[in-house]
Amino acid sequence: MSEESTAVTKLVTPVRVSYTYTPGVATGKFLRGIRRGKIIGQACDSCGRVYVPPRGACPRCASPTSQEVELAHKGTIITFCVVRVPSENIDAELPYCAASILLDGADITLFGLIQECKFDEVRIGMRVEAVWKPESEWEYNLANIVHYRPIEEPDVPYEQIKEYS
Amino acid sequence: MRDVAVVSYAQTPFVRSERARNEVEMLMPVIDEVVEKSGIERRKIGFTCSGSTDYLAGQSFSFVMAVDAVGAWPPICESHVEMDGAWALYEAWVKIQCGEVDSALVFSFGRSSMGETAETMTLQTDPYTLAPLGPDAISMAALQARAGLDRGLWSEREMAEVAVRSRRDALRNPEAQLKGEFDVDEILAEPYLVSPLRKHDCPPVSDGAAAAVIAAADVARQACEKPVWIRGIEHRLDSHQPGSRDLTLSPSTKAAGEAAGASSGRLDIAELHAPFSHQEIILKQALGLSDSVKINPSGGALAANPILTAGLARIGEASRQIVAGNGRRALAHATSGPCLQQNLVCILEGD
Repeated sequence: MSEESTAVTKLVTPVRVSYTYTPGVATGKFLRGIRRGKIIGQACDSCGRVYVPPRGACPRCASPTSQEVELAHKGTIITFCVVRVPSENIDAELPYCAASILLDGADITLFGLIQECKFDEVRIGMRVEAVWKPESEWEYNLANIVHYRPIEEPDVPYEQIKEYS
Repeated sequence: MRDVAVVSYAQTPFVRSERARNEVEMLMPVIDEVVEKSGIERRKIGFTCSGSTDYLAGQSFSFVMAVDAVGAWPPICESHVEMDGAWALYEAWVKIQCGEVDSALVFSFGRSSMGETAETMTLQTDPYTLAPLGPDAISMAALQARAGLDRGLWSEREMAEVAVRSRRDALRNPEAQLKGEFDVDEILAEPYLVSPLRKHDCPPVSDGAAAAVIAAADVARQACEKPVWIRGIEHRLDSHQPGSRDLTLSPSTKAAGEAAGASSGRLDIAELHAPFSHQEIILKQALGLSDSVKINPSGGALAANPILTAGLARIGEASRQIVAGNGRRALAHATSGPCLQQNLVCILEGD
């Protein structure tokens, strides 16, 4: 085939854009907290719901969330799945268990990995705690929490958490 | 056609860098203000449409997070355009024309300061042949300015005069960013930034947010003392390929202006979205604006150019002028794409 009759099937056009990210007031406070080993949420001025990480506004009320709330490092599994396919973004050994976790005192769930247990024992309502990196490695990054592990506490009944599922 | 009016407008001050607040924090007070001023209860606003681009935040679906500032619970009827907020206003206007809703909240926002604006804008060019070459936004505008200079359509002095006038007018606009008294001869003595453009021919990098509430006549009359009527709003575009255009002309602006009814009455004010000084000259010619039309009393995009917000701000500023009694009929223009590729014209009138 001549060059003219060959279809162009692939074209590589690299694009790179760089940013200087500034997180804003609310998320900035959260990141500074994470750097010190604390999980800082914010409560809505109008309905009191607690958001983590906070963005500065309650999405339900469009009110500011000006009250800071330090959250427990313990929470409840709201939902989970066991992942057996690799993903570029997650540096975890396969298979791993990804879960949506409601920290005590929060009204919004955080994403985390569940480890230090058998995956067939993971269940909705299960109590877990955050496992942090060594303090010397803490950065302005939620990845300071490497994973969550089960704790010896009774499961939370579904009725109490169904609003978050 | 239903009569639709701008019933309120609000914006942040436009600034070089909004480092302290994130997009939601920037938007929340603006949306509170515009809803409050509209006289329409927040829950009764039928539709919400925003204009922004994820390229400014460097974050996919960043516009979804911005909805936090609106209070979208119980779920609201909401939409987004990856375009200037002026086009979000157009979508809202169409929605009202269709009779689906009687009022709408429109907003746009962005922090250009987080990236390299001129390079980011390169990504809106054709991705196969142009974007990989990386012509930045200022260089593309410079090609356009050069084409007009070489053809004798404008001079560097006339370009400088646009910049001086814009920044002088911006002195009266507390929310403008770049303002002051400059001397034409002095700024012409400055070196080129990207020949033939000097720094003063180019817009500042700006962060900011703006919002408007528009409503059909019955709602607008009830809610608002001085509704500003949208008599026409149209948008047109030229080729995506700058090489196939005569860059010294803006046929899409001309067509949009004619369709919107720009020439069907005397205009007092024109708020033109001309990020580069020579573009004001092109737009003025395309729209057939006479010297009696006051151009960019706000200072225009040379005084503040928050990407994808500056167009909505033109509509907002023109309606403010009418509300303030500085004119009865105004033209507001918004642009997008390299070298004035896409253009929207909105004709506004007071009672």
